[in-house]
Amino acid sequence: MSEEVLQQATPGLIPGSGTARAAKATRLSPSFISWLQAGPMMLVFLAFFLIPLVFVVIVSFWDYNEYQLLPAFSGRGYTDTFEGCIAQLPDLCTIGKTYLKTLKLCFLVWAITLFIGFWVAYFLAFHVKSKTWQMGLSLLCTIPFWTSNVIRMIAWIPLLGRNGLVNSGLIKTGLINHPVEWLLFSEFSVVLALVHLFTFFMVVPIFNSMIRIDKSLIEAAYDAGATGLQTLVNVIIPLAKPGIVIGSIFVITIVMGDFITIGVMGGQQIAAAGKIIETRLNALQFPAAAANAVILLAITFLIITMMSRIVDIRKEL
Amino acid sequence: MKEGRPRSFYVLAIFFAAYVLFLYGPMIAIYVLSFQGPQGGLTFPMNGVSTFWLAKLFEGTGIVDLGAAFRRSLLLGLVVMAVTVVLSVAAGMAFRRKFRAQSILFYSAIASLIVPSIITSLGISLEFRIIDDLIKAHWNENFETSMGLLTSGLGAHLTWTLPFGLLIMFAIFNRFDPRLEEAARDLGATPWQTFRYVVLPIILPSVIGIGLFGFTLSWDELARSSQAIGPVNTLPLDLQGLTTTVTKPDIYALGTVISAVSFAVIALALGTIHMLNKRQAAMGSDAGKGLV
Repeated sequence: MSEEVLQQATPGLIPGSGTARAAKATRLSPSFISWLQAGPMMLVFLAFFLIPLVFVVIVSFWDYNEYQLLPAFSGRGYTDTFEGCIAQLPDLCTIGKTYLKTLKLCFLVWAITLFIGFWVAYFLAFHVKSKTWQMGLSLLCTIPFWTSNVIRMIAWIPLLGRNGLVNSGLIKTGLINHPVEWLLFSEFSVVLALVHLFTFFMVVPIFNSMIRIDKSLIEAAYDAGATGLQTLVNVIIPLAKPGIVIGSIFVITIVMGDFITIGVMGGQQIAAAGKIIETRLNALQFPAAAANAVILLAITFLIITMMSRIVDIRKEL
Repeated sequence: MKEGRPRSFYVLAIFFAAYVLFLYGPMIAIYVLSFQGPQGGLTFPMNGVSTFWLAKLFEGTGIVDLGAAFRRSLLLGLVVMAVTVVLSVAAGMAFRRKFRAQSILFYSAIASLIVPSIITSLGISLEFRIIDDLIKAHWNENFETSMGLLTSGLGAHLTWTLPFGLLIMFAIFNRFDPRLEEAARDLGATPWQTFRYVVLPIILPSVIGIGLFGFTLSWDELARSSQAIGPVNTLPLDLQGLTTTVTKPDIYALGTVISAVSFAVIALALGTIHMLNKRQAAMGSDAGKGLV
């Protein structure tokens, strides 16, 4: 703040520099300038993120028929979603199963991306010594992130399909007689595609945390007689924790809400939380879609709150 | 640490190489497959080599009106890029001093990044539906929709690109030396002059990076567009529509074209960044130019 005051005051202090522009700048208070600078972005988030979220919550309590939204309070969006759930107890109803399946996919993808992401980041941060190589190799990992997800998804089809490379390769080597069917349009292909798409979100934050670790700490651990594993568990992992948590939040929230990858790679057969919303939307049942969105949001929020207990995200940026 | 490379280096190097192969292998497969001969199918082996499927895309006789979708996506990407750069730099400047709404803006950006895209998309679509209803009820009964590429679509894309822009600005200003600005002020520069002639040239390479993020994130964006784009489609939406119906290599050809644009933009941006960095290194220091 004092810096800003100084900035505003300086033109007046220097004789002869009191131009019209400087005089005008002096009149603008620092907080007004801040508002002017940050305001436009705030407005965008207000108009296209915060207000829409409020609408999602409001509309989730509206009524609907086959043709339109009826702006009257109703819990139908929610009751339709949980239809038959209580009667079916102790068996899980469709929505329960769907969320369980989503959590399972989410957990698998999280565990695999964390494993790959950790070691890729570790390699880049600790084993690649030259800055140029470090830049080059991280760029190599980043570039696929900048191209269309759908393309990266459909890229698996010629590999995993019934007559794909993997199947024909396995048949040629004599390992199997008939093409393996579960490679494509299955949970396997969904997890594979999600890992392929989103490991990047794990690598970058973990790499960022690791690169900031003081190398002398690791040397000190070695000098004190720690083994490689002990150094990893007691020094590197705790210090890389913020990156691990941030990466995990990214991957988990993306997978929880995903409906495109699961749709394409699951052959439109696998139900997941995001997919329910899409199905409801295609049927123009907006309140039901909104109700599912609220439920999904609540679960996502719960997971993030739990994870941000571990680390203060704000401090790490 | 130690002299020579430890065994773990080689293990991890192989792991890293396998990861890169995993990243690029499938993508390269479809780039190759889009050059199938006219009789070619969706899988290997290649049935002849030709540019038949690429040509077919540009004839416009294919399954989508590629030209129109291409222009729409390009226009949207460029607008998103420009808006993202301007708003991110401005907000990044604001964050260098404390102001009251700071944490609200910060948490909005983070939330926008991690709230599942389908929810943001659904919210924007509901918001515009309600706006449409209001316009129909009060002003014009024949009004169609206010949703579109540069209204709801632009907004949806910005909720995805702006958080990245803001985070990159944080990274920039974490490394920025404020003494340079103090020096400029001491020499009598106005705040605007300080920004224009001191701050901007220094941060320019990273600002181009923000532009690169803005354009490519928008160019490839799908989940947020899905409900919020209005009556028209962007290229990725068309591509997604094709995944369930198409059995010919058209789809790979389309994928190759979209990727080619992404790669061209990345290369252009990185080239510019590299050039600016070199220029900065050459002109930013007066070492060895006399006066002691």
